[in-house]
Amino acid sequence: MLKNILNKIKEFDTAEDKEVRSSKLYGKAALYNTPNEITEAAAVVAGKGYKKFDIYTPYPLHGMDTAMGLPPPKIGYVSFIMGITGTILALVMMIWMSSIDYPNIIGGKPFFGLPGAIPITFESTVLLCGIATVLGLLILFSKMPKLNSPLNDTDFMKHVTSDKFGLVIETGDEMYIEDEVLNLFSKTNAYEVQDIYFRESNLTKKTPLFDKKFTMAIIITGLMTAGVAYVTLNYVLYETVPFNWMWQQGRIDAQSKSDFFPNQSGMRPPVEGTVARGFVPYEYQGMPDSVVKLLSNPVPVTVKSLERGQDRFNIYCSPCHGYTGDGDGRLRDQFPKPPSLHNEKVKNWPDGNIFHVMTNGQNVMPSYSEQVSKEDRWAIVNYIRALQRAKDASEEDLEKAK
Amino acid sequence: MDYTKKPLPPIVAKLGTGLLGVGLVLVVLSFVTDTHRAFFDYLWMYMFLVSIGVGSLALVALEYLVGATWSTPFRRISEFLAALIPLLVILVIPLIFGMHDLFHWTHEETLLNDPLLQAKSAYLNVPFFLIRTAIILLIWVVFYFLFIRNSLKQDDTRDPLLTKQSIKFSAAFAILFMFTITFIAIDWMMSLEYHWFSTMFGVYYFAGTMVAAFAAGTFCSVQLNENGYLVSNIKDNNYYSFATLLFGFNVFWAYIGFSQYMLIWYADIPEETFWIMMRMKGSWSYFSIGLIFVHFVIPFLILLPRSSKVKPKLLTVISIWLLFAHAYDLYWIIMPSYFTEGFVFGWSELGFLMFAFGLIITVFRMRAAKSNLVPVGDPKLEAGLNFHLN
Repeated sequence: MLKNILNKIKEFDTAEDKEVRSSKLYGKAALYNTPNEITEAAAVVAGKGYKKFDIYTPYPLHGMDTAMGLPPPKIGYVSFIMGITGTILALVMMIWMSSIDYPNIIGGKPFFGLPGAIPITFESTVLLCGIATVLGLLILFSKMPKLNSPLNDTDFMKHVTSDKFGLVIETGDEMYIEDEVLNLFSKTNAYEVQDIYFRESNLTKKTPLFDKKFTMAIIITGLMTAGVAYVTLNYVLYETVPFNWMWQQGRIDAQSKSDFFPNQSGMRPPVEGTVARGFVPYEYQGMPDSVVKLLSNPVPVTVKSLERGQDRFNIYCSPCHGYTGDGDGRLRDQFPKPPSLHNEKVKNWPDGNIFHVMTNGQNVMPSYSEQVSKEDRWAIVNYIRALQRAKDASEEDLEKAK
Repeated sequence: MDYTKKPLPPIVAKLGTGLLGVGLVLVVLSFVTDTHRAFFDYLWMYMFLVSIGVGSLALVALEYLVGATWSTPFRRISEFLAALIPLLVILVIPLIFGMHDLFHWTHEETLLNDPLLQAKSAYLNVPFFLIRTAIILLIWVVFYFLFIRNSLKQDDTRDPLLTKQSIKFSAAFAILFMFTITFIAIDWMMSLEYHWFSTMFGVYYFAGTMVAAFAAGTFCSVQLNENGYLVSNIKDNNYYSFATLLFGFNVFWAYIGFSQYMLIWYADIPEETFWIMMRMKGSWSYFSIGLIFVHFVIPFLILLPRSSKVKPKLLTVISIWLLFAHAYDLYWIIMPSYFTEGFVFGWSELGFLMFAFGLIITVFRMRAAKSNLVPVGDPKLEAGLNFHLN
């Protein structure tokens, strides 16, 4: 079977050779043995004033562009502009992602830190620069949309891609005179001279950019690469050591048992006296109400703080106390009913006492200091005051509100 | 090949002796006025000489190892610059007397009170430190004499087997060089702040060494060749090779330097970041930012175009620039341990710098007076003279 495939490929490969060449001459080609000879020959040909000629070598020769009298290449500008574009794109992308769209503090660093961004910037610069350079070379020098050169599938092309250095002068050149060209070749010690004829297809029809066979080959190669990569990454490597180390780690998950510690608890308690970031310890923790009479409310009564208080109250207090504070919350049949917040005792309490109850807990009510921040608790106190005032509203108040 | 030996112009002798003389006076004066500071300056100067001397020897080994032909006409220049190596053995003696001033870890009371140092003391103790330094210097001196002896012998005998032998030496030296330069960097510079550690520090110093050695080699080669002291038909292609390697190693230095900085920045561990913080304190921060521009950005932009890699005048300027940039880099590594409050550069530092340059020029001149400036017996020389990049 493999033999069959190889034969098919061979057939495919040599199919072009069978194409008939026309009798129209494309140009004269000369082969040289050494890089020095070809460099000298290029200088001679350029010096005579030929324009439509080109050099073909198995590897790049430094100094060839000056020998051929070529202007400085433009490809550098393409690389440079695309490289700078890559730099700017990467920086804009990271500034946008890390400090505008989804700002996240990582390791106590600023949202956007230049040192950390440099590697990605560098990658992006090189990537865009490289791709643009290759595409630019294909378009500028290989005349990309044109795929079919008369030089393809010739003996000349086989040599210049392996062991010889070639020079082609096209018949289309204004100065082209056959005898002179041949004379030039022999003077520059050409090792062999060949005639290159146009193909029928070069003269008759335009070659499509996406040749049928070429497109099929590209699609098949793409599918095979993608398929192999998919299977390898998702099935072969996924379960294989060490590639699975990212997701199969020998770590203790939260709440799980560990024999490493004497008490077999996987999670370690924080060091005694540890305080969470932004958390201010409450100085009257666990003390009776009477000590907190002097606590004053630092949060001013504004629309904003009342709305915040209402929001927090509805989330954290209303399940038991009800939305109006009457004690008819949604949990009223499953949980002891709390006393109304509108009774005389609460009304006469100073703000600090309500705050103290929220922070410290009272009877069956637990402390809310871990769910609700200090500012928010004071905002709730303000909101409770507003509820108490609203309960006693009179006709005149309604008039005023209008 | 038409090489006839010409003596170096008198300006070289005058410049070398002048710098050396004035430098020596200032060096002595600074030891008299402020010994503590002078020892730090001396260490700075010593590491600069190590960079030029040992780096040049590494270039010689590199040429043998990869079979480069373009650099063969210039190899003597690197060999003569490497003549600093025997002097390094003498010059290390004052440093050994200054160890108490330079290194906090040598103090008895530091060792008693510092558990981190106690953990490191199996490596970081004075006897082992001195043994390491002695072994490293011995390796350098032995290889310097092996290389120079073979090379000079070849001038008379023209024996190609000597080249083969030198290739074997190079293979050994390439490995030993990487180890010795890493250990010398860790011992003499990293241990100034003995709490600090960076696994990239050895490579960082190595990259700087190569830049300095290439810069010194480029400067001498271009100057001597342009003024007709070498063989006449050396052209653009050889210069181009010098400039590309100078450019390449300079980018490599920047790459390593940035990688070291970025990893410290990212990990954000106090025992690593303090070293950077010392270089961000007060006026040192300007000095640190200046390093990026002086050592990398400006030379990078100047050397980037192809046309600038074959201009002898530009190469002269940029190689001198990079030599100073390497001194700048070493100053940045060493001196914040002494000038903890901010950047200082006084007559004392200038004197040490003059002394270093005077010493390099004088050693080069004296060595060059004795032998050919071109390895006339080397079998690769002909290929090097007709070198084309194609």
